[in-house]
Amino acid sequence: MSELWSTLTFLMPLFIASMVPLAIVALGGLFSERSGVVNIALEGIMVMGAFIGIVTMRLILDNSELGLQWIALIGLLVGAIVGMLYSLLHAFASITMKSNQIISATALNLFAPAMSVFIARIFYGTSNLNLGGNYTISEVPLLSDIPIIGPLFFTNAYLSTYLGIVIFAIAITVLYKTRLGLRLRACGENPQAADSLGINVYKIRYIGVLTSGALAGMGGVIFVLSFATQFRGTVSGFGFLALAVMIFGQWKPKRILLVALFFATIRVISNAYTAIPIIQDISVPSEIYSMLPYVATLIVLTLASKNSQAPAAAGEPYDAGKR
Amino acid sequence: MRKPTFVDTILDGILDKPLSVKILASIIAIIGGLLFGLLVMLLLDPSRAFAGLTTIMFGVFRNGGRSIGNMLYYATPIILTGLSVAFAFKTGLFNIGATGQLTFGAFFALYVGVNWTFLGPLHWLVAIVIGALAGGFWGMIPGLLKAYRNVNEVVASIMLNYVAMFFVTLMIKTTIYDQQVARAMAPADSAMLPTMGLDTIFGGSSINAGILIAILVTIILHIILSKTTFGYQLKSVGFNRKASKYAGMNEKRNIVLAMTISGAVAGLAGAILFLVPGKFMSIENSLLQEGFTGIAVSLLGLSSPIGVLIAGIFYGTLEIGGFYLQVTTNFVPELIEIIIASIIYISALALFFESVILKRNRKRKESLKEVADE
Repeated sequence: MSELWSTLTFLMPLFIASMVPLAIVALGGLFSERSGVVNIALEGIMVMGAFIGIVTMRLILDNSELGLQWIALIGLLVGAIVGMLYSLLHAFASITMKSNQIISATALNLFAPAMSVFIARIFYGTSNLNLGGNYTISEVPLLSDIPIIGPLFFTNAYLSTYLGIVIFAIAITVLYKTRLGLRLRACGENPQAADSLGINVYKIRYIGVLTSGALAGMGGVIFVLSFATQFRGTVSGFGFLALAVMIFGQWKPKRILLVALFFATIRVISNAYTAIPIIQDISVPSEIYSMLPYVATLIVLTLASKNSQAPAAAGEPYDAGKR
Repeated sequence: MRKPTFVDTILDGILDKPLSVKILASIIAIIGGLLFGLLVMLLLDPSRAFAGLTTIMFGVFRNGGRSIGNMLYYATPIILTGLSVAFAFKTGLFNIGATGQLTFGAFFALYVGVNWTFLGPLHWLVAIVIGALAGGFWGMIPGLLKAYRNVNEVVASIMLNYVAMFFVTLMIKTTIYDQQVARAMAPADSAMLPTMGLDTIFGGSSINAGILIAILVTIILHIILSKTTFGYQLKSVGFNRKASKYAGMNEKRNIVLAMTISGAVAGLAGAILFLVPGKFMSIENSLLQEGFTGIAVSLLGLSSPIGVLIAGIFYGTLEIGGFYLQVTTNFVPELIEIIIASIIYISALALFFESVILKRNRKRKESLKEVADE
């Protein structure tokens, strides 16, 4: 029992580290696609947000006495702002210029890692940026002392976890309880109808894409803070995994949360399976676990294709003259 | 209210043909990408920026035949991935999965290259054919899903890219793994692509028969697309899937075939990429960039095989330029990737440029017409 317990407390931070960025970035993808713009640039936006976020955090860390958690908070905000600005390029191409959304997103995906490695190599002489600090919260006062919940959720935790929960609650409220959310969904389903009711489709879609940029940019910073001690110009395909989460979750926030939970579990198993006695005994290679989320998403796509919940107008540039 | 001038004659010659307007849009994208690269260099080190730009553009001529040979060596896999993306695009499919098909094909080619030494002089040929078949198989999957289950090929390909990546890592680890250096084994000498004397022609460069294969594939795909009924059907499905079905074409079969051929070409690229000395498949689990660069080349080449060949050679030029960039200035080769990404982005806006050019042209014509009316 105590062995199981110690395994569980060891794995919990890893689990949360996967789940929170996955859910947040997938939620970002949802905002863009529900507004009618396909966003496969999540990966690139994450890299861009992470890069500038981490550089900012390093600069503050080296030049001030600010507490680590404050620096992390600033880093997350910078990541969100950078992500938003970067996604503006995608929004401009796909909404204003009515370009092919896949091509524009591919450009963003290629640009971000190249730019971050280029800048890092020129200014720091290496493509690896060290974080220079450990951003885990070892203990939350009072809450860590609660039995069971304390050690699991409030020890070796991350600021981003709590922030992630808040963001998730806000996102669901906005999407389903506000006028903006309704308009956003309308623009993704039937922009012509939305337009005929006086909704500015272009504006709503810009809001959708920029929101997704902010969430993906922040997700990039969260990813680096929770997984690595350095940033090497990549988020290891996490953006595409988040895309899979969004599709598997059929463009619905609550399902996305469940899928993120599921994928995070698989990820923990694939990365730390030597620490889990039962799984270690089965001795399936870690690559099989790593593949699972993508295979599962393909299966869902195949089975659900007839009644897919994908926004009807996602991927179509809005042309007011086309009815 | 003016008379046609010499300039008008030239403009008429260019702008009245839709193709040349498209080529103009590609050239604008290239110039835009290079200018962005220049801007980045100007911001970082103004004194060397222009030297950097000339190195990128003309570095290929620095060492005569040798650097031209190396340029063709770098261009070869990119021409093939570009052809892969372009061929699918003609059928209205966006093959973002070229990287997965390339990885998948590369592994099987390498497996044959390491193990089947009994093949003797045919070894390399069998290896690349197996690579193409494997890539074709991997491309067929999103084709089938698209045709029969209406699954978006972009999303399916993205998922399959990662499945291929992890699968190949696993296969390398269990079959052709070199424990000491933690990467795949090198292919046997008989599986290396023959140089066919090209290396002597191009002064000791890394060039090999791959470029000839790439040219051959370009010609074959060109013939398929522009001279055969099959190619006509593929393009027809690309223009309008429903109308093609109504016209009696088997649109499902065509989609599957287009993706299979596209995947086979990407698989061939993978084989050619790794059946050379000094190149090893890693187990790092990162997607190979060649598949994505193929998208850029395909866009610049207007999805026509011959256009892709030219664009691929342009890419090779940039790549060599990037190599010399590091030698002569402080800039690092990643600048080339930045330029490529900018070119893709500007290409995405190509439709806009086309419409601007056409609008300008119409205005110019109107101003001429008024003269004629008087």
